Amino acid sequence: MATNPTDPIHQFDVFPLVPIQIGGLDFSFTNSSLFMLATAGLSAGFIYYSTRGRGLVPGRLQSMTELTYEFTANMLREAAGTAGMRFFPFVFSIFTFVLVANLIGMFPYFFTVTSHIIVTFALAMVVMSVVVGYGIAKHGGSWFKVFIPSGVPAAILPFVVLIEIISFLSRPVSLSVRLFANMLAGHITLKVFAGFVVTLSSLGAVGVIGSILPLLMAVAITALEFLVAFLQAYVFAVLTCMYLNDAVHPHH
Amino acid sequence: MLFDMAAHAQEHGASTGTDPSLFPEEGPQTQSEVGAHAEGGHNAFPPMDPTYFPSQLLWLAVTFGVFYWVLKNVLVPRVGGILENRRDRIAIDLEAAERAKQEADEAEAAYQQELTEARDRAHAIAQDARNEARREGDAQRSKLEAELDGRLDEARERIALAKSNAMNEMDGLATDVAETILRDVVKIDVSRDEVASAVAETRR
Repeated sequence: MATNPTDPIHQFDVFPLVPIQIGGLDFSFTNSSLFMLATAGLSAGFIYYSTRGRGLVPGRLQSMTELTYEFTANMLREAAGTAGMRFFPFVFSIFTFVLVANLIGMFPYFFTVTSHIIVTFALAMVVMSVVVGYGIAKHGGSWFKVFIPSGVPAAILPFVVLIEIISFLSRPVSLSVRLFANMLAGHITLKVFAGFVVTLSSLGAVGVIGSILPLLMAVAITALEFLVAFLQAYVFAVLTCMYLNDAVHPHH
Repeated sequence: MLFDMAAHAQEHGASTGTDPSLFPEEGPQTQSEVGAHAEGGHNAFPPMDPTYFPSQLLWLAVTFGVFYWVLKNVLVPRVGGILENRRDRIAIDLEAAERAKQEADEAEAAYQQELTEARDRAHAIAQDARNEARREGDAQRSKLEAELDGRLDEARERIALAKSNAMNEMDGLATDVAETILRDVVKIDVSRDEVASAVAETRR
């Protein structure tokens, strides 16, 4: 697509692999779609494959699956209690999907699904829809008491409620932008340092020596990005758990 | 994506490299620059480009939806079942160990009791044997004593008999002697009965 190989934005380009047009909207199967498919397929495939033996004593792969499972289960139980455990499949899918999408993005030439705001925003909106939908379905109108904190003097209550509503509405934005911005920034930084290496090394002997520093930086940032990939998936899942807590226990 | 580097990249790499590295997600500079550089494509920052929003949403819904369905209906029950199974198995094993330990304790107690009983029995048997021996000894001794007493009495009787016999013989002898003396020496004719009564009178 892009003409410039060291352009750090080029990696985020979406291009259709199978063009599909329905009602004037572009529903093409793109490289992004391919990597979403890969993320879902790889995660589900790994979980299925690693547990094929159903070992009483888990092997390495089964341990990884079990650790992730229990890690997510503990995360959800701590945030939303046992009543929140009904959302476990949902939180587990969110966590694994985001984590695997982030990690797949770390491979050179691969597309990072979570570096697109529309993807993270859609995931965040799914979370918020579940919170609001389940909250109202379960508690009815009394769910809206989630915006009315207890023990606040009546004089400043309207003000506090307004703040609560604004904070609630900003949740999907902060949730999606946090993940999106982290992945985007990390990949751009990495690409910029990698670009320095290419640019400098084409300037002759001095340039090759000078390119050692950005190369080291690129290596270090790669390590950092693996940490960020995990951390952001974790943060996304933890916040999902905390928001789900509002759906289960609206009276705080 | 990261290192797709071709040879002819100097000018752009240098120019686009610096700006986003400082504030990558904060974008007016980046956006304008990319907008200027993008050729034949969409004049927007790709991660925010709305051209493929419908496609992204559709395919995210499809992939994530199917992924969620598979996880909820197949994989979570599967992993959960494995973990549950293990928990149950550990609980059962612990219970079995507890039961085995209890059985061992009971066996130990039974053994101790049996040992005590056996000791008591041995004690009783020894006591009985001792008593029996003593009783037998006593019986034997009393029998021997009785026998000895009998023989003593018998001997005493025999002595008394012999003594009385000797005495009777002495009477006859004394009568004979006295009759002979009276008849032959003193020449007094007396009847034997008179002499015998006189001897008996003297002896008294």
